[in-house]
Amino acid sequence: MVNALRRILEALGRRVTGRIWRLGFAARFLFATLLHSGTALKRFHLTIREIYFTGVLSLIIILVSGLFVGMVLGLQGYDTLQRYGSTEALGILVALSLVRELGPVVSALLFASRAGSAITAEIGLMKATEQLSAMEMMAVDPIARVVAPRFWAGVISMPLLAALFSAMGIFGGYLVGVQLIGVDEGSFWSQMQASVDFREDIINGVIKSFVFGVIVSWIAVFEGYDSEPTAEGVSGATTRTVVTSSLAILFADFILTAFMFRG
Amino acid sequence: MNRATIDLWVGAFVAIGLVSLLFLALKVGNLAASSSGETYRLQAEFDNIGGLKVRAPVKSAGVVVGRVADIRLDPESYRAVVAMNVESRFKFPRDTILTINTSGLLGEQYVGFEVGGDSELIKDGAILKKTQSAVVLEKLISQFMFNKAAEGGDGGSDKK
Repeated sequence: MVNALRRILEALGRRVTGRIWRLGFAARFLFATLLHSGTALKRFHLTIREIYFTGVLSLIIILVSGLFVGMVLGLQGYDTLQRYGSTEALGILVALSLVRELGPVVSALLFASRAGSAITAEIGLMKATEQLSAMEMMAVDPIARVVAPRFWAGVISMPLLAALFSAMGIFGGYLVGVQLIGVDEGSFWSQMQASVDFREDIINGVIKSFVFGVIVSWIAVFEGYDSEPTAEGVSGATTRTVVTSSLAILFADFILTAFMFRG
Repeated sequence: MNRATIDLWVGAFVAIGLVSLLFLALKVGNLAASSSGETYRLQAEFDNIGGLKVRAPVKSAGVVVGRVADIRLDPESYRAVVAMNVESRFKFPRDTILTINTSGLLGEQYVGFEVGGDSELIKDGAILKKTQSAVVLEKLISQFMFNKAAEGGDGGSDKK
């Protein structure tokens, strides 16, 4: 009885220390990545190549999702607003919800599942096929050569993708609200311009997407680098990337929103 | 895929990303109109500011000339002190009266300038005391109801 209890407590303790140990490892890994970023920035074509794979190839999904999210916002927002006879406020509703929340958050979630999982799988496979060890043998630092460019590519791509998502969404809201339903075009834009503040709303949205970019890229490269060098290990790491980054994005979004828009 | 093609795609991606940021800043956030040049600070005391909020527009003859920067309560006089940033190219006479108006029946509230005729102009940092408070709808309605009730009472007594 006592032994069983002891075993349960031991297992619990092992799990907790394991988690904390892994978090510490991840933090040290991030620090090492930042420290070895010299090559990624000096030989910038390495990073540009990764921006192609993470940013450019995510364009289609971001643009299409942004357009549809904006169109749905237009339809739903109109349906609610017309009950209060204030359909001209549709522009405000679409723009503020996209610029403040949906743009950064949804594009970060899409980015995590589109690009983050790919980064993890790529680095994990490199590890499984011992390409990383081979690099070390040739005195090439795999963190500087493989990890840092992917990390920075994600950090650079994310704010741009979020801005594209928001712009596309507002265009979608305009299409549905003004062109399809027939809200007055002048008041749609002018009310939007009167209530959206550049510093308060747009800059804060960009800051959010930048933070999400760091989080997603960090988790993706870390999970790839830390994955078990087996087929199962790589698939598990890919899954963990998507799950952990999605949760981290939503949690960080709550914290950032609480600080930014409390007033 | 060779390097030139990748460079081209990434360049295009960064370019449209920046264009969409510019679109958000100019078309959605209206950056160009909101931060046009220098402003000077004005303060005014009100008995009641109603639902006035920070960043509400300051209008003269319906044209936006500035924004409300800060609202606080004077702990001694118990009056609301509203600080406003007004664009420097607009100077107003010293006897200008400030009123708090509502755009539309239930719209947002703004500070309106009723321009006076004094030849002296308001200086930077001046505190204006000639103000008119916000119209509180509930007070108006209750006043109206009281008057009606009083009239109704009189009518009843006349009939007797």
